[in-house]
Amino acid sequence: MSNKEERNNKKKNTDMPAAPKKRFFNVEKRFGYTIHEMWTHKMSYGLMAPFFILFITFSLIPLLWSTGLSFTYWNIFESPRWTGLNNYVYLFVDDSLFLKAFTNTLTYAVIVGPVSYLMSYFIAWFINQVPNKIRPLYVLAFYAPALTSAIAMQVVWSVMFSNDSTGYLNSLLLNLGLIYEPIQWLQDVNYIMPVIIIVALWSSLSTQFLAFVAGFRGVDRELYDAAAVDGVTSRFQKLLYVDVPQTMPQLLFSAVITITSSFTVGQTIVAHPSPEDSALTIMLHLSDYSGTRFEVGYASAIAVVLSVMILGIGRVAFKVLGEKE
Amino acid sequence: MFQVDVDYLKKAKKRRDRGKVVIILFLTLMGVFFLLPLVYLFCTAFKPPEELFLYPPTFFVKNPTIQNFKDLTAITANSAVPFSRYLFNTVLITVSYIFCLVLILTMACYPLSKHKFPGRDGLMGLVTTSLMFVAAAAAIPQYLIITTLHIDNTYLVYIIPGLANTTCLFLMKQFLDTVPNDIFEAGKIDGASEWQLYTKIAIPLLRNAQATVIILTFGGIWADASTSTTYIYKEQLRTLGFFMNTIGGGIARTGAAAASSLIMTLPSIIIFIIQQSRVMDTMAHSGIK
Repeated sequence: MSNKEERNNKKKNTDMPAAPKKRFFNVEKRFGYTIHEMWTHKMSYGLMAPFFILFITFSLIPLLWSTGLSFTYWNIFESPRWTGLNNYVYLFVDDSLFLKAFTNTLTYAVIVGPVSYLMSYFIAWFINQVPNKIRPLYVLAFYAPALTSAIAMQVVWSVMFSNDSTGYLNSLLLNLGLIYEPIQWLQDVNYIMPVIIIVALWSSLSTQFLAFVAGFRGVDRELYDAAAVDGVTSRFQKLLYVDVPQTMPQLLFSAVITITSSFTVGQTIVAHPSPEDSALTIMLHLSDYSGTRFEVGYASAIAVVLSVMILGIGRVAFKVLGEKE
Repeated sequence: MFQVDVDYLKKAKKRRDRGKVVIILFLTLMGVFFLLPLVYLFCTAFKPPEELFLYPPTFFVKNPTIQNFKDLTAITANSAVPFSRYLFNTVLITVSYIFCLVLILTMACYPLSKHKFPGRDGLMGLVTTSLMFVAAAAAIPQYLIITTLHIDNTYLVYIIPGLANTTCLFLMKQFLDTVPNDIFEAGKIDGASEWQLYTKIAIPLLRNAQATVIILTFGGIWADASTSTTYIYKEQLRTLGFFMNTIGGGIARTGAAAASSLIMTLPSIIIFIIQQSRVMDTMAHSGIK
């Protein structure tokens, strides 16, 4: 075969689907083509190499390893013993605490996830309208709960929700005459989850919020003028026709981060273990097994089940907000 | 005709400004509420002992004192290793980590966003999947890998494993996705090499994303205490975060601990303000237009 013919073939392969008759031949050609493509993109691979070497070593391999461990019994001291699906069967059939943790986590995620997502977007959008010079201070104010250490947070909120009449909220309600005796905010099983959710929302303007703040700054100012020519004048129309389409990649990023962080909620302002396990989450249940009981295999099974849930919901986010081609 | 248009725009501008005032007022009121933990952090650090243990607890400080900082200095004078060594370690680790992370991510996100090489979607899929995968149970395998590679008990253990930051890679890649491909096509037509497209167009446009990555990672690495506890057994290689954590215990040291948590948070606030002021209209400043 002459060089010219070969080139033609290559061209054909890129332009049109493989001819059914010469399938094997074409597969081989495709492979050659792929190698060729890879060679032309050698700079791309070179740029990515440092990250991916580290990613595979310190992130991917440990994750696959722990997934493998979920099919074993392992207490760290002995070597792992293969038990097949035993961990999963126990998790779904016998572990009544898991059901409790699952319900709590779901309640938390269903409320905190969407609310914190929308709150981050709208506050970032408001902040985007603030003059340049003072904007960093506003961003700092809203990011402050995420910036200060968890301990400072905990103290602030325990003062607010203190169980006796000296707690700010209790004394306020008592003075207003709405209640006659202090409410046990952090002891009463009816109030624990709502209190946790309120505090979580207050400190939820973190990663996704900063992504939005920076994302809004990347929107091309000329697009607003172009939209104004088309009759888009109000703030909300601009948000809808310019800002939302332009920040789509950040919307997807933040959705993924919000889903992940709200389902992996662990230690909250309520101490663990909580009264009647009313604040038990899947992550706390997991750390009970991996940290306290050294049942690493079972902890891994919990992690896999939680990951599958997150991945399932994450897929929806990718479908809705991902690139449309 | 032209006159009418100008009038209309002027009116629109006025209306927008009124909206702006409402927005700033609203943000200020909410912002004060969100600033509370930071205010509390400052107040507590300057509280004298009688106010620290006041019951019911107070939020603001009445008689500010710097006694807590003096106590902290007294404690640091008696540390196992000179205090300056902890500080040096932390500064060295933080600076090298942030530098390497921003460099590696800036390199990796460009091809993932702008090149169509074989395996791109697969690699990005791996990154996002592992981002959503619960890593808590992978801590033990990771420990085994780190000890097998013999990077434990060195400075490297603070820096290298953390560089595989999938959240930040995803963030940078998404920021580059907002940049229209036309800009790169136009550059190519003008005869720019692939390297020039990368350094002259992509990197300036990543400015906001880089600033956000620095803010997101700084606090964690600056105050990191767990790496010192898990992987380091030479006191000379341990960090400020570790040392400050050891202060916490005991009622007598409550004041010093409050002072130390303020000192540990202050650099994060400073870095935050510096980096947040770097966040600006990338399109207007990148020199493309």
